[in-house]
Amino acid sequence: MSAVAVPEYRPYTLVAELTYRCPLRCVYCSNPLDYARRRDEVDTAGWLRVLREAEELGVVQVNLTGGEPLVRDDLEALVAEAERLELYTNLITSGIPVTRDRLARLRDLGLDNVQISIQDVAAASSDRIAGRRSFDRKLQVARWIKEVGLPLTLNTVLHRENLDRVPEVIALAETLDADRLELANTQYLGWALLNRRALLPTREQLAQARAVAAEARQRLKGRMEVLFVTPDYYVDFPKSCMDGWGRRFLLVSPDGLVLPCHVAHTLPGLTWESVRDRPLGDIWRDSPGFNAFRGEAWMSEPCRSCDRRTTDFGGCRCQAYHLTGNAAATDPACSLAPAHALIEAARREAVDAAPVALEYRTRRAGART
Amino acid sequence: MIAADARPRLAPKVRLRLDAKSGRFMLLYPERGMVLNPTAAEIVKRCTGELTVTEIIAQLAEQYAAQSREAIEREVVEFLDAMTDRGLVRSEP
Repeated sequence: MSAVAVPEYRPYTLVAELTYRCPLRCVYCSNPLDYARRRDEVDTAGWLRVLREAEELGVVQVNLTGGEPLVRDDLEALVAEAERLELYTNLITSGIPVTRDRLARLRDLGLDNVQISIQDVAAASSDRIAGRRSFDRKLQVARWIKEVGLPLTLNTVLHRENLDRVPEVIALAETLDADRLELANTQYLGWALLNRRALLPTREQLAQARAVAAEARQRLKGRMEVLFVTPDYYVDFPKSCMDGWGRRFLLVSPDGLVLPCHVAHTLPGLTWESVRDRPLGDIWRDSPGFNAFRGEAWMSEPCRSCDRRTTDFGGCRCQAYHLTGNAAATDPACSLAPAHALIEAARREAVDAAPVALEYRTRRAGART
Repeated sequence: MIAADARPRLAPKVRLRLDAKSGRFMLLYPERGMVLNPTAAEIVKRCTGELTVTEIIAQLAEQYAAQSREAIEREVVEFLDAMTDRGLVRSEP
């Protein structure tokens, strides 16, 4: 397939997954189920080159993430280089392994924003979701972030177990003087798909939470940005996942694979290339994996004839694959999808909601997503 | 509405950057970016916390002599109000 190199496909954001190592075991983690097998991390020189090549490609923002990016002791070098390249840096962290001094140092090197995750509003429930004691530490780190003068984004992944506490989450964000609050209903892929029966909320729960968020957004206008991300199991039309496949986002995994998103490596039959083998720009333009779902030739019906195809691109390829077995199918989240019944069945299961045990992020070396 | 003697500045989480690929200025903030048209860029460049809204309007009126002062004032105030609502611009009292 020939390379697509039109301005339409320009990455603005680099998602730099620096490691899969992490002190937490969140039940909704988006890392691969077999993450423990991937030990060969890209080194500092490799990441510095990735940053430079990303900037040349047009990237303007970098999300420093993982796993837990703070376990990398070369984070300072990466932030300094990103600053030199005028890239906006977001550190996306659990907050666990950091000192106040290190935050101040990162600030001095040019770090622009820190996003810290909180799993719930109280220690017992938050620690249960995270799989270890962590809540008090996170609050401490959130305070340090503001004390050293860094912008703070608080992220709470929402699901059945904590949706009813959205008012308290908002209050906590205000107490912490967060600049931004992400109320992010979980996407049901990876560990979250495994745990879907325990996590998917009811429509009523969602509507209630959305109303609370909307009120807070209005009340806090200009002071704290409040984002509410609806789970696509409860929409009529799917999200334009990643703003289109291989269109606006570039992800580099801990072992150097270049991907359009963090789940794409689970799709069978696609070839992915490593920053160790080729320049980033060549991969973005020529990689068969990246070109697999660009344009419209790959679309099946009804997407192919649908007016919305240029807005939502048929939804999420990974969700289409993991729910239907066909990555080119219409995302079942779409009400027009042939497989939409799968989503409706999941919603009914959520209403039934018998208690289900959670499966934690562990070293399941044999399992694949 | 933003006051005439307010001194707008970019919020701490916001950065202004020239995008080499498009030749346009962009505002960058967490997980988002905004491409600025040339007039918006000229307004943002003056959001340093030192110039009042009145002074910003005056400078732009000089720069865009072909436009009426009223039109420029409307544009500046509308833009700054929108940016303030979004938490991207704050005003020194």
